[in-house]
Amino acid sequence: MGRIIVEVMPKPEILDPQGKAVRGALPRQGIDIFTDVRQGKRFELTVEGSVTQEALASAQAAAESVLSNPIIEDVVAVYEAPGESK
Amino acid sequence: MKVGVVTFPGTLDDQDAARAVRLAGGEPVAIWHASDDLRGVDAIIFPGGFSYGDYLRCGAIAALAPAVGSVIEAAGKGMPVLGICNGFQVLCESHLLPGALIRNEHQRFICREQELSVENTSTPWTNGFSAGERIVIPLKNGEGNFQASAETVAELEGEGRVVFRYSDLNPNGSINDIAGICSARGNVVGLMPHPEHAVERGFGTTGAGYRTGTDGLRFFTSVLSSLVS
Repeated sequence: MGRIIVEVMPKPEILDPQGKAVRGALPRQGIDIFTDVRQGKRFELTVEGSVTQEALASAQAAAESVLSNPIIEDVVAVYEAPGESK
Repeated sequence: MKVGVVTFPGTLDDQDAARAVRLAGGEPVAIWHASDDLRGVDAIIFPGGFSYGDYLRCGAIAALAPAVGSVIEAAGKGMPVLGICNGFQVLCESHLLPGALIRNEHQRFICREQELSVENTSTPWTNGFSAGERIVIPLKNGEGNFQASAETVAELEGEGRVVFRYSDLNPNGSINDIAGICSARGNVVGLMPHPEHAVERGFGTTGAGYRTGTDGLRFFTSVLSSLVS
């Protein structure tokens, strides 16, 4: 089985309240070096057999049409999960 | 006149929407999300709730349901469509309306009686209001922050497609205080606040007396009068 990773992030210009809340919580754990946190999504898409160019193209299409909303999010990466071919 | 109310898994306010249609004098018709049969209705309501538990993005999975495909086709022919709260999110995710709704700026769920100004009274859902009229209906959501690109906002403003604006305060960070918008043709309207929760004396918003506010009822009487005219 092959696996494709799709990563989606809120657009830089869009406010990310979840990331902001996480950013606010970190100093309470004594972790105070991070000036900003942004939170996105990672999807893992599994196919039978190995990951083909066609499968990557389908993952790209799914990423753009369903897994992200282009008004508020960017698809930042679509790639084969490393170490899982064969 | 038959008004369809679509139920998705996780929808909460379908019964209130159906009741509002009935109180306005119409016949509510239940539409199940998994069927593409709109059962001969004259108008459609996507009610509030948390379809699919807000998984992926609010309204995103519901937007792919067979019933929504039929509604997109019917809306293209001019059928009046109203999306309330999660229903508004479904309209945006299905591209019947532009823009998107993200988490409230203050990061909290909000529930309040919200004052709105009615800015467009030519839609089938607002023809019973007067332009600039202030109304009060309940607002309850965690992700009601309307966002769109600068070009889209300019287009909405320039074409008079901002139908409702938050008027006493902006409760969620929505751009330009936008509470509701409509399609270019005007037949598709979406808003975050809930008209169906203010349709009957004794159960409405705080009006002249306790729970007497029924400003929401006119959404439903408006669409019925637009259908007969």
